[in-house]
Amino acid sequence: MAKIIDSIKNLFQGLSPAKIGQAIQETQLYRSVFRVGVPDTDRKRMLVMLGSVFLHLHPVKVRKSGIRMRYTWCMGGITFFLFLVLTFTGLLLMFYYRPTLDYAYVDVIDLREQVPLGIMREMHRWGAHAMVIAVWLHMFRVFMTGSYKPPREFNWNVGVILLVLTLLLSFTGYLLPWDQLAMWAITVGSNMARATPFAGHEGPGAALVRLGDISLVNNASDARFALLGGRFVGEGALLRFYVLHCVGLPLVAGFLMAIHFWRIRRDGGISGPL
Amino acid sequence: MPDVLKAIGMSAAILIPIVVFIVLISLVVVKRGEISMLGEPHAAAAPAGAVAAKTTGKAVPRRAILSWMGLAWTAFAASMVATASATGRFMFPNVLFEPPATFKAGLPDELQEGQVDERFKQKFGVWLVKDIDVQTGAHGIYALSTVCTHLGCTPDWLPSAAKFKCPCHGSGYYKNGINFEGPTPRPLERYAISLADDGQILVDKNSKFQYEKGQWADPRSFLKL
Repeated sequence: MAKIIDSIKNLFQGLSPAKIGQAIQETQLYRSVFRVGVPDTDRKRMLVMLGSVFLHLHPVKVRKSGIRMRYTWCMGGITFFLFLVLTFTGLLLMFYYRPTLDYAYVDVIDLREQVPLGIMREMHRWGAHAMVIAVWLHMFRVFMTGSYKPPREFNWNVGVILLVLTLLLSFTGYLLPWDQLAMWAITVGSNMARATPFAGHEGPGAALVRLGDISLVNNASDARFALLGGRFVGEGALLRFYVLHCVGLPLVAGFLMAIHFWRIRRDGGISGPL
Repeated sequence: MPDVLKAIGMSAAILIPIVVFIVLISLVVVKRGEISMLGEPHAAAAPAGAVAAKTTGKAVPRRAILSWMGLAWTAFAASMVATASATGRFMFPNVLFEPPATFKAGLPDELQEGQVDERFKQKFGVWLVKDIDVQTGAHGIYALSTVCTHLGCTPDWLPSAAKFKCPCHGSGYYKNGINFEGPTPRPLERYAISLADDGQILVDKNSKFQYEKGQWADPRSFLKL
């Protein structure tokens, strides 16, 4: 027994975390992933930032004032964090939720009552509310600090589109529980599309879009019809909103977010106090 | 509002034990560090605050663990572990939308002598057959699995030819489940069958009986009438 313990002791003698770390860093696998090594000089730090697809969206250097909470409120970062939380919890919800008239409502109830832990939908819902609030506060901060001024005017516009996308994500997600509140909220909300100029059948100019005697914009061919996939909020609308909510809008938002972050770097980092 | 409370409660139920655990571990480590330092004469004489600042060597790991950053990273790692385990648990549903493995199949009198009952094939994957036992010759009912023992297709019962015939590769079985043609290597399997308290046939798909292993001799595989 003592012999075995001695041999084990010998095996680990001379082994230290530093030495093990050194050995790992010398493997080809490690070097193929992390090409620069430990970033201990300014040059290496820059190479790390430029060599990573994730980090290169960030500025290499950030002004000290740029990370001061009292100045930025960290609202952009919190919005992005909430977007990641919503993507993750939303993905998990998709394993249990079926977007059909028969199942949608029961599946949402089951997500609370039957599915393990039962909080995934709550986290998704409250996270969504928090994200809408965080987006508004982020916009408010950017406005109050004048960070929309040149050279950041393009990024402000990207941000406005992202704001609209956030609200659309909120709107499309609202229908998915398929209860009375969802049904009528979307019915009322999508009625606005009737009044789209030229493209909604009750909107201004719709009567002008015609081919001889045939009206081209009616209640089965206008913007609202395209949105709902039908004349009223039914199976078509539920499936359309589901696909937009889970795939379409997040894809566009993710694409624009990459531009948004990259532009912060290109436009001179987070704007500083005047 | 109850949803919010439930969400907070559930998160707390997961996180609080982990945080308590981390704090306890930290306390134990700190305690051990103090004991070892009290053994040194200089440390014992110095005031408590100065000990950490002046002593070198052994005091370093204690300070490293106590530092707020260390604690923050540990808490972060613990919350990540909690999230990962909760996500893992999430993937195993509490409620299944599939037929139960044990089911009641009506009274024995509902079956004709020599009949292959196909009522439970679609939903439960079971044929009930009222016939004689192939080994003992006793009268009764047995429950055959509708899974072909060749590659798992579902055979058809052909009444005119009095055989089970698999459409995939042509395996054939007699009414008693013994294979006689095609590529299949062994007979169909039987499920456990018994009488429930109310006199109905009770089929339990959790136990299966294989002829080639001699398991059809088991009384649970055949309901004597």
